[in-house]
Amino acid sequence: MEGALLWILILPLIGFAVNGLAAAAAARLRRELPLRFTAFVACAGPTLSFLLALDLFRRFLGEEPENRLVVQEVFRWIESGGLSVHLRLLADPLSLVMVLVVAGVGGVIHFYSAGYMAHDRGHGRYFAYLNLFLFFMLLLVLGDSLLTLFVGWEGVGLCSYLLIGFWFEDTEKARAGKKAFIVNRIGDFGFLLGILLLASSLARFGGGATLAIGEIAARVHELPRGVIEGAALLLFIGATGKSAQIPLYIWLPDAMAGPTPVSALIHAATMVTAGVYMIARMSFLYELAPAASAVVLLVGAATALFAATIAALQTDIKKVLAYSTVSQLGYMMIGVGAGAFAAGIFHVFTHAFFKACLFLGAGSVIHAVSGEQDIRKMGGLFRKMPRTGWTFLIATAAIAGFPPLSGFFSKDEILFVAFSGTNAALSWAPKAAWILGTLAAVLTAFYMFRLFFLVFAGGEGEKTREAHESPPLFTVPLVILAAGAALAGFLGVPAALGGGNRFEHWLAPVFEGAHHGAGHASAHASHATELVLMALAVAIAVLGTWAAHALYVRNRELPMRLAERFPAAYRTVRDKFYVDEIYYVLVVHPIHVLSRRVLFRIVDVRIVDGLVNLVGHLSRGFSYALRFAQSGHVQTYAFVLLAALAMLLWKVL
Amino acid sequence: MGGILTTLIFLPLAGMLLLAFVPGSNARAVRLVTLLVTVVLFLVSVPLAWEFEGTGGMEFEERAPWVPAFGISYHVGIDGISLFLLLLTTFLAPLVYLSAWNAITSRVKEFALFYLLLHTGMIGAFVALDLFLFYVFWELMLVPMAFLIGVWGGERRIYAAVKFVLYTVVGSLLMLAALLVLARHAAEASGSLSFDWADLVGTPVPRTLQMLLFGAFALAFAIKVPLFPFHTWLPDAHVEAPTAGSAILAGILLKMGTYGFLRYAMPLFPEAAQAAAPLLAFLALVGIVYGALVAMVQDDVKKLVAYSSVSHLGFVVLGLFAFNTSGIQGAIYVMLAHGLSTSALFLLVGVMYERRHTRLISEYGGLARPMPLFAAFFLVTTLASIGLPALCGFVGEFLVLFGTFRVHPGRAAIAATGVVLGAVYMLWMFRRVFFGPITADANRNLRDLSLREIVVLVPLLVGMVVLGVRPMPLLDRMEKAVERHIEMMRGDARAEAETPEIRFVAEAVDSMEEAR
Repeated sequence: MEGALLWILILPLIGFAVNGLAAAAAARLRRELPLRFTAFVACAGPTLSFLLALDLFRRFLGEEPENRLVVQEVFRWIESGGLSVHLRLLADPLSLVMVLVVAGVGGVIHFYSAGYMAHDRGHGRYFAYLNLFLFFMLLLVLGDSLLTLFVGWEGVGLCSYLLIGFWFEDTEKARAGKKAFIVNRIGDFGFLLGILLLASSLARFGGGATLAIGEIAARVHELPRGVIEGAALLLFIGATGKSAQIPLYIWLPDAMAGPTPVSALIHAATMVTAGVYMIARMSFLYELAPAASAVVLLVGAATALFAATIAALQTDIKKVLAYSTVSQLGYMMIGVGAGAFAAGIFHVFTHAFFKACLFLGAGSVIHAVSGEQDIRKMGGLFRKMPRTGWTFLIATAAIAGFPPLSGFFSKDEILFVAFSGTNAALSWAPKAAWILGTLAAVLTAFYMFRLFFLVFAGGEGEKTREAHESPPLFTVPLVILAAGAALAGFLGVPAALGGGNRFEHWLAPVFEGAHHGAGHASAHASHATELVLMALAVAIAVLGTWAAHALYVRNRELPMRLAERFPAAYRTVRDKFYVDEIYYVLVVHPIHVLSRRVLFRIVDVRIVDGLVNLVGHLSRGFSYALRFAQSGHVQTYAFVLLAALAMLLWKVL
Repeated sequence: MGGILTTLIFLPLAGMLLLAFVPGSNARAVRLVTLLVTVVLFLVSVPLAWEFEGTGGMEFEERAPWVPAFGISYHVGIDGISLFLLLLTTFLAPLVYLSAWNAITSRVKEFALFYLLLHTGMIGAFVALDLFLFYVFWELMLVPMAFLIGVWGGERRIYAAVKFVLYTVVGSLLMLAALLVLARHAAEASGSLSFDWADLVGTPVPRTLQMLLFGAFALAFAIKVPLFPFHTWLPDAHVEAPTAGSAILAGILLKMGTYGFLRYAMPLFPEAAQAAAPLLAFLALVGIVYGALVAMVQDDVKKLVAYSSVSHLGFVVLGLFAFNTSGIQGAIYVMLAHGLSTSALFLLVGVMYERRHTRLISEYGGLARPMPLFAAFFLVTTLASIGLPALCGFVGEFLVLFGTFRVHPGRAAIAATGVVLGAVYMLWMFRRVFFGPITADANRNLRDLSLREIVVLVPLLVGMVVLGVRPMPLLDRMEKAVERHIEMMRGDARAEAETPEIRFVAEAVDSMEEAR
């Protein structure tokens, strides 16, 4: 049973090695790799990993909840002066859920990629990166220590960089990849300091630190409050990078430059949820850090609303979905920030289905309209692409929150815990998060149905005349994911609706400390409140949908007129509040000017080298003077000798 | 005599002798002989890795009187600190030489002679345990390196070589004066003149004298590191040096300064080192940030890598002056990782230069299309350099940060910005060179890596991965030696250990052994 864990992890790595070496050899021999080979190798890894994880899941179901735990030691990684980090794999209900999502949804997307990338010469390289991503993502969720989590964290960032810039000949795409990596590194700076703070505090108060999450949990009460709050906040800075929260979300929309299956896998279903996973994994820390949790709550809520407003005016099909992802990640942050870690992870779980389905659906559409991404040029695709259309509709309804689809249950639970939650440091934070989240929910239904109507409803767009349904390699994954989007919610039907919330119970052993968490405590108290909130959520979904229908189906001139009426507001939102431009002016440009004009041209060239050259000139002048001493004139030597002798004698006498 | 270390020191010299019999006109024969010598050099050094025990003390020691009248002896040995630096040196020797196979076309034999002489100097400096012997090897390295830059370098090679020599000589003359004073002082205390490291390291030195002598040693080493603001010789030396010279300079020579701090300046003058720590740590931090910022705005790839070295070596100095196991182990690890990744970077830049004869970033763009393998090697090396976990750069950086954070969290926080900035300048350079459309026609049909270039780069690549994934074999072997040096750096602890009684007993044992 232990051995299986390592196999789950390294099967994708083997795929990476095989495809990577094959691609390198092919490049050297100037041959082309057969797609059948690369795709087979690439799909084998996640498929087998998923089956192994499924087997583990089956065994876990047969165990008592407390015993659902497998640990596998691999090797000592770093040991030095009180620090001891092992590569050790840990499967518990939480990491197993993540493994199932990563390998399962990841596997589906691998198959889809075999169709999507069939005509790209670089498919060997593509599949190698994709498998490498799976390896690091699995390491991220399976590693039992904060530092191995960080290895996975950085590794997925690398693969994201490589895949966003996959079509590297396009400078903009390459630039987007680099931007993603660097913005993430800014977050990682915080993450690293958080790790260092925890490690050094544990080492100081207890002699040694292993950074194993289980050990940190066991010893967290030894730490002073300030350290706990500080570490929680620093780790969250890392999460704002990886999970695209304010202020570091700016890389995710640009990341859409990558191939669409990559957007679905990395930038929607899995990698971007790593920050949420990390906070859930460190739940014991955030439980004791109300101030940091309040920050998580408010940043998550602000991001949810902010990104939703931007999504409402985007015209690129993938950009709408990207801002939607940012917004949904905000919801997940509200969940974990409110102390309802299971609710946050539940949304990670359902979101993986409907957002991957939406992205792959978008990919199917883009494929059908020969690369066009502007939704204003589309329309009427529902009849031409029924399978894509239906699955897209199901996923849209799921994210908009229509019962009984999955998004309804998971989003509703998050908003409920925010509504009923308390925060010891900032009492108004949960309610504020609830208000922002509710407003964002209206917008979510609006922008998603706007997208759906513009693409699938109405008459033919200028680009959709030739469109036809995609082949089964596209549509079968869509059907699988749409089924997940529709049904996944039933795993978490709340008690208020007579459900058992099996998802929460499954995770309960991991979040044992979280039982006094905000959501849970009040969940039993007020089923009535919960039912009212549910009714409100349904009303909101209907309202958003109705608005989208009114603006983009019934009265298609109205949006234009509104834009003309409020030009400044329209442009500001459409241009994403100019955040990138502001960062450039405030951060990027000043650093450049400082480095080039001041540090390099003045400090280095003028001052330091100036001094060095000055010393050089001085010593040259000095030796010029000394040259007279070596004139070769015997008389001069004799004179100097005599003078010296005279002085010596004068001294001695 | 005749131990492994002596063999390693004299093997390059023997190689030079052998080359004397090869006609300079037969470039191929010269190259083959030199390559053979460097390969043998590496093979001879390999058993050190297995047979090393990691006791913390010196192993493979060899001792012979050299100038007994002045207490100078030929005393060599290695501990966990020098072992891997030595292995890095012998590991790079054949690879770097092979990389210069076609690049060096004029005076092939002279190049080989200087190259071998340089290795005697470097190996000697790492294994010497007598201060005078160390000084001799230290200066011995200078001469061939200056010639490598001055003869086979670029356009401004003379300026760069002179600058390199002057900078270094200023420091090393001060060091010579300081070590003479130190030996004299020790002789007054013990009654016999000795330059032996073990003797001197046990000699208490008054605080004021410590400050002066530490200052002299520290200046010599700071220039070599190079620590801000003594770094301006480095970009010039790197830019002008031939590829092989840059690779050795970055890979090995830059470690001499930090090695000197750890082996000599800090344990010889512990109180002064403690007192100067805030200043040196400050300069290290400035170097980390400053080197990264200035690297960002370079137009020349080699200059960019040179400034990145200033940044990386700042990490090393910072780790050393944390005075704890993690910090110092991390510092040594950064030295090794930087030795692999930066010498690889220079070799890779050399590959570009051999094809296009320019190092300006703006001349490139889109190279990943004609040269996919080259791009892959370059990418992995870049990632190792910016400290991506699972590659060699991360382990050392993390340990330095951990060691520093434990004593000075603020310092660690500033240093950690280097992690962000490193990614900025390296990935920006990488994008401009490899991605985007091909803008210059000359780049359209560039040849990808040749078999020889692949043979050179694969071992480096493997090294970067292995060092990143499995650091324990190295860290385990370093640990005791590092702890021993930390003991020595605690002035008070040493004063206790060096009571006259202990010294008397030790000397009695020594003389008995000599009698036998």
